[in-house]
Amino acid sequence: MLRSLFHSQISLGFAQAAIASVLALLVVLLARRRNIHLESDAAIALLRGIVQIVAVGSILMLLLKGPRWTSAFLLTGMVLAAGSISAKRAKNIPGALKVSTYSIAAGAGVVTAIMTWAGVIDTAITSLIPVGSMIIANAMNTNGLALNRFRSEVLSHVGEVETALALGAAPEETVARYAESSIHSSLIPAIDNLRSLGIVWIPGLMTGMLLSGSSPLYAAIYQFVVIAMILASSGLTSLLSTMMIRSHVFSPAEQLLLKGTA
Amino acid sequence: MSADTVPAPMAVVLRTEHLGRRVGETEIVSDISLGVERGELLGVVGPSGSGKSSFLRLLNRLDEPTSGAVYLVGQDYRQLAPRELRRRVGMVTQRPFLFPGDVALNVRFGPTQRGETLPSAEVNRLLERVGLPGFAHRDVTNLSGGEQQRVSLARALANRPEALLLDEPTSALDEEAKEGIEELICEVVRQTSLTCALVTHDRNQARRMCTRVAILEKGRLVRTGTPAEVLSA
Repeated sequence: MLRSLFHSQISLGFAQAAIASVLALLVVLLARRRNIHLESDAAIALLRGIVQIVAVGSILMLLLKGPRWTSAFLLTGMVLAAGSISAKRAKNIPGALKVSTYSIAAGAGVVTAIMTWAGVIDTAITSLIPVGSMIIANAMNTNGLALNRFRSEVLSHVGEVETALALGAAPEETVARYAESSIHSSLIPAIDNLRSLGIVWIPGLMTGMLLSGSSPLYAAIYQFVVIAMILASSGLTSLLSTMMIRSHVFSPAEQLLLKGTA
Repeated sequence: MSADTVPAPMAVVLRTEHLGRRVGETEIVSDISLGVERGELLGVVGPSGSGKSSFLRLLNRLDEPTSGAVYLVGQDYRQLAPRELRRRVGMVTQRPFLFPGDVALNVRFGPTQRGETLPSAEVNRLLERVGLPGFAHRDVTNLSGGEQQRVSLARALANRPEALLLDEPTSALDEEAKEGIEELICEVVRQTSLTCALVTHDRNQARRMCTRVAILEKGRLVRTGTPAEVLSA
């Protein structure tokens, strides 16, 4: 019905948003009849939500029309944000932000650069940004998992680590075993995604390609390409971050800094 | 001689000067000055929370002092690389924390870190010394608590330390194993003139084993002397 009334895509979008908001407000009114007062919270949230998302959409619209180098700018911003978010998983480890940002930049950067150079990812912003963001987001998750697991492992084995230090072991060697198990654990989701591809789930990218009229076979193969790229970048990120973080849990005098409860 | 090297009688192996450690607002160890002579078994005694273990951890720099200094054979230990210091000042803790594998792997651990391979004959000699002949190829998961602690002692001795720090080494053991480890430590000290600092909350153990005792209270050294002098109460 709406499509016959609104011919411009943006007016159609606003009309759809208005209907969705009215539905949400009706539920709020229903709640009010049961003495649950959500009116002001819901109204503010709806207004704020539409303003925020329209602002983001507008910025993206401008950037997508810009020159190709804008991609590098956008992807760099994503890497910085990803580094900051996943560093929070390494609570009390000094230098976690630096380690996370460098690892994600290297892991996602190397894979994206090689695949773009090889022509697997198109250099158009509309292709590079969505695929690049998927790679960065997954590298971020893997990095967070790896650092979190490493932190827990070290905290659970303080006695073993300090015993090895007291016997004259090199600090990085005393935690090497925990770094290895962290890499393994952090890659389980990426490996499982690859294993279950097409059987348990049909990822969003493939769905999008099918909706936009691509050949189902090409959409399927390209989805595999993306998931394999995610595994490569996640693996590289995890390897780098656990290698770098090992030295950050020790002081210059080779004392274990990470103590407390896991 | 460098400015940080202070002349010390040759017999004093470990010496602390106004040693302290503060964590935040809490002073865990405060202004401790004492020396441990070659072949001496110094008992560090005090109630729970008196800073005994914290003091011991400063002696091999597992924790960093915030004041004062530690000298190993007259040399400020900050002049030594931490790994070299820890080879020369060994440690045996309350729980042995043996590494997965067999007994020989554990005994060889320290020398392996320096790229040395301890010959099998030396492994067997160390195991004999701690009362575990023929245990080299036993898996550590099949050892009793007392046996594990003996392996832990052999592992520390494999580094040929000049001083050995013992942090409540018998508190997790039953009476029989405890007596065995006490005798073993005393025998090793007698035979090798090893310098030892033993942290214990058990005054009777200090009386049985130690040649001299230091009493700590609230992180401070309150008395030192022979067991008869300071543990009479």
